[in-house]
Amino acid sequence: MNRFDYIRPASVAEAIAAATEPGSAYLAAGTNQLDLMKVGVARPQRVVDISRLPGLDRIEWLADGGVRVGALVRNADLAYDSRFSQAFPGVAEALLSGASAQLRNAATVGGNLMQHTRCAYFHDLASACNRRAPGSGCDAREGENRLHAVLGWSEHCIATHPSDFCVPLAALDAVVEVESPAGRRDIALDALHRLPGSTPERETALAPGDLIVALRLPAEAAAFSAHSRYLKLRERTSYAFAVVSAAASLRIDGGVVTHARLALGGVAAKPWRARGAEALLAGARPAEAIFAEAAKLALAEAKPSGDNVFKIELARRIVRRALSLAGEGTPQVMPALPASPFATVPGAHHAA
Amino acid sequence: MPPEASSPISAPTVRHGSNAGQPLTRRDGVLKVTGRATYAADNHPQGMLYAVFAGSRIARGRVTSLDVAAAKAHPGVVEVLTPANRPPLAHDPDKKMPPFGFRVDVLQDDRVRYVNQPIALVVAETLEAATEGAALLDPQYTVERARTDLSNGERFAANGVGVGAPPRTAHGDIEAGFAAAARITEAEYETPAQYHNAMEPHAVVAEWDGDRVTLDMPNQALSLSAASYAAYFGIPAENVLIRSPFLGGGFGSKAMLNGPQILAILAARMLKRPVKLALTRAQMYGPVGHRGATWQTLRVGTDDGGRLTALHHRSISATSSFDDFLEPAANASLPLYASPAILVEHEGLRLDTGTPGPMRAPGEASGSAALEVALDEAAEACGMDPLDFRLANYAQTEPGTGRPFSSKALRDCYAQGAARFGWAGRPLEPRRMRDKDGFLVGWGMGTAVFPCPHFPAEARATLRADGTALVETSGVDMGQGAWTALAQIAAEALGLDPDKVEFHSGVSSLPSGGIAGGSGHTASAGLALHNAGQNAIAELGALAMADPASPLFGTGNIGVTARDGRLYLRDDDSRSDSYADILSRAGRAELAATAKAARDPAVAAAHAMFSHGAVFAEVKVDPDLGQIRVSRLVGAFAAGRIINPRLVRSQYFGGMIWGISFALQEVAATDRRTGRIMNADLAEYHVPVNADVPPMEAILVPEDDPYVNPLGVKGVGEIGITGTVGAIANAVWHATGVRARRFPIRIEDILNGGASFRAA
Repeated sequence: MNRFDYIRPASVAEAIAAATEPGSAYLAAGTNQLDLMKVGVARPQRVVDISRLPGLDRIEWLADGGVRVGALVRNADLAYDSRFSQAFPGVAEALLSGASAQLRNAATVGGNLMQHTRCAYFHDLASACNRRAPGSGCDAREGENRLHAVLGWSEHCIATHPSDFCVPLAALDAVVEVESPAGRRDIALDALHRLPGSTPERETALAPGDLIVALRLPAEAAAFSAHSRYLKLRERTSYAFAVVSAAASLRIDGGVVTHARLALGGVAAKPWRARGAEALLAGARPAEAIFAEAAKLALAEAKPSGDNVFKIELARRIVRRALSLAGEGTPQVMPALPASPFATVPGAHHAA
Repeated sequence: MPPEASSPISAPTVRHGSNAGQPLTRRDGVLKVTGRATYAADNHPQGMLYAVFAGSRIARGRVTSLDVAAAKAHPGVVEVLTPANRPPLAHDPDKKMPPFGFRVDVLQDDRVRYVNQPIALVVAETLEAATEGAALLDPQYTVERARTDLSNGERFAANGVGVGAPPRTAHGDIEAGFAAAARITEAEYETPAQYHNAMEPHAVVAEWDGDRVTLDMPNQALSLSAASYAAYFGIPAENVLIRSPFLGGGFGSKAMLNGPQILAILAARMLKRPVKLALTRAQMYGPVGHRGATWQTLRVGTDDGGRLTALHHRSISATSSFDDFLEPAANASLPLYASPAILVEHEGLRLDTGTPGPMRAPGEASGSAALEVALDEAAEACGMDPLDFRLANYAQTEPGTGRPFSSKALRDCYAQGAARFGWAGRPLEPRRMRDKDGFLVGWGMGTAVFPCPHFPAEARATLRADGTALVETSGVDMGQGAWTALAQIAAEALGLDPDKVEFHSGVSSLPSGGIAGGSGHTASAGLALHNAGQNAIAELGALAMADPASPLFGTGNIGVTARDGRLYLRDDDSRSDSYADILSRAGRAELAATAKAARDPAVAAAHAMFSHGAVFAEVKVDPDLGQIRVSRLVGAFAAGRIINPRLVRSQYFGGMIWGISFALQEVAATDRRTGRIMNADLAEYHVPVNADVPPMEAILVPEDDPYVNPLGVKGVGEIGITGTVGAIANAVWHATGVRARRFPIRIEDILNGGASFRAA
């Protein structure tokens, strides 16, 4: 078998020291990393298991009303934390629409941020993929690409980022705390993932050894709690990545949108923040016409990367729907099918 | 052979009655839920080696080099089989294996014909070493352009379709039928390649002892497979012992021999050690069969009253470059609707894929999907309700031949299904129904039909002096419930409580149970058990009637009935004798009888034999986003006598859920340049999750069939997928006004207003 060193550090400092060595990879729950190792896409020489590092599994409420979530908090634990889901209902809804119940019980917050694209050509060693093997080409470009990117892609890579969780995080100005040999620094979630350009292999802003230790949501993000939704279109009700998705959060005062936050998922190599649309909405009365205009603006630069032109119109429509649902207000209880257009269908009793 | 391998039943089971007709819970259920049921890959004979096959990553070309030295140098690797050193086989793998085995790829040369074809087999002391050895082979290829779809595949005239069916059948004058039509509807339909994803991937543990071999493997056709393996290895059939007590799903793929399993058995003989091979999920996409893609055209002529004047169904069915298994899709139009003229035709298409094979309702599933949508389109053109339209074209006798049906309670299926579903009052026009949340609601229906084959089968029944019995046949429980249903039939024939009946099955050395396929296993193996039981009872009766000490002495002309371990004089319960007493007075420890079961050819020739059903579907569609959700399914099925309603319902539900999968989810996403399937795992190859499955009902419509076989049992295993796919597609149209003619139906099809046929 492919032999590698397995290191279980006792502290963050030890972890970083170990992972700074070339060929190292962090391992948390492994829901993505181990799959990649099994198919040979990832062949690390050194696996640094951070899953037992102390102190990274806490949800801490900050004095200013923000929250700091340790990198090893499980997705399910965060989604079902009642204070968190009340303050950030759109984030909780996104978490519960991701993967399957079993995966959510295992997967960690930090690992979710660091998951790789599900592009089939990235996963297939016999295919050309600039993201996996720089300079080899992009077989997705002329291949099976109906679910690939429509925003921010380049000739070098048309992959999308698969996370649901990251979409509302990008919208709500979440910040990632990164520990490195040089000390701790903050990176805006929106700046964590990179568009491919000519270097798709550089997937994030992290350097070797950098370790995400926490995620922060600012107090201002909680001010959207009354009007926050995540909506996701998928080809089966659970255990499927988004065809397109949207996170919409509004602050409405006196019948007027004072602040809007909007991001799209499944459309680009990163969660796609739509700042232009947000600006358009600020000061407007929440109504279908302005939502449609915002949706149009959010997709203004979209272009198909293959057999996926339908995703552009679909993304516009899901933005409109997400804004409309956010305008109606956050539901009192989490829908039985979180983030599904069918959340209200009777008979849908279980979280999927 | 350890007794537990052939007899999982020792503890009493929870029962709600007795014998046939009762909803007994699975006799093997406790073993399964406690993890004590051993599947093939659970076996670990001493000294066992692990085999992993290296699969081609190209679809067409040649292997020019393999780094065998690197693989062999890896610690733990014992041997690497390639075309250079693969030991000979007694049967040419490039020739078909009678009666219906396919050509297999077992390293006979350097030629590559599909992705995931075995190009080497690495055998090692551990699974990890074998896996890494296979990865180190670093195959180099000369690549030829892959033929992957209708645009570049080679079309050819089919010699036969399915398992030996003619490629073309004509009844009546099709042109006259269309000339007489008041209107003609014509459309094209496309069904994709779908791949087997049984919970248990194929596996084998092979152990040789001289020229005898024991194979632990999931297998749907024990006797037949034992003979086929014997032919490949040049040994007598009785030297092959296949043990297959449990299968984690079969669905047709485990009825056929395949290259990887043969190679593992060959390696075990070569290395004189037991060898295990278990396919990975990804390796299922190639060498073990699949449902081939079809491109179908249906032309339907109707008169002013909405009656068919002509039905023309054509299918281009994909197969591999080197063997022929063509989905007999167009044959779905033969048995169902009355028309003075019916023409069904097939054409083959050669693609660089593994050879397709049977996959739950091969032909019927994809053919029914197209036919039922085409019928809906014709009903729409006639301005008729889809159910009324089908009733107007109800076939009283088999279309074309005029043979009577052995039984056909399809009218009852329509009536009961429609009543339960609440079909009455359905608006004819699409896009007329919304629910309170604003979703578009659509109702659609389809007719389900499946033939009733009978396979030769044998069984043995042994009555014991302690009042128990042993019954034996090499039946196969692939999850459908054969351990339970077959035992119920045997217990009934023997007049015993099922808990008194020890049932040996799942081993090829037992009397042949035939094939667990074609929805014919309960009828075939069940009839053999029934006959063996009756023969045993008859012999027991003869013993009693000849015994002056028996209350039944001298009653030979009157006859006896067997009940609760006693023989009763017919019509006189006051005279009876227990099995135990009869045998002990005769000084017999046991009494054994055997029987064969075959269908009477004269009865078979005189009747058309099918199970029937009607499936009603409700879907909800988001009017803006195009997302579809099946919200209700009601199926009503008539399949003769029902042995175990609990298990039968489970079969119907399973088929209907697969119908959801076919209609809305399943497709092998094939890269049209390379032929590689880009979604060969369960994360990306979608099948329904629980949350996709709506409230479902399966109504068991009573049906007596005096002709299909003496048990009156028809098949239930495959019919559930037929009808359902079309019902869902028709409901989608009714909700949206969009006729999706390409499966699976996707969000973009709804957004774009209907898929286009991608024919060349």
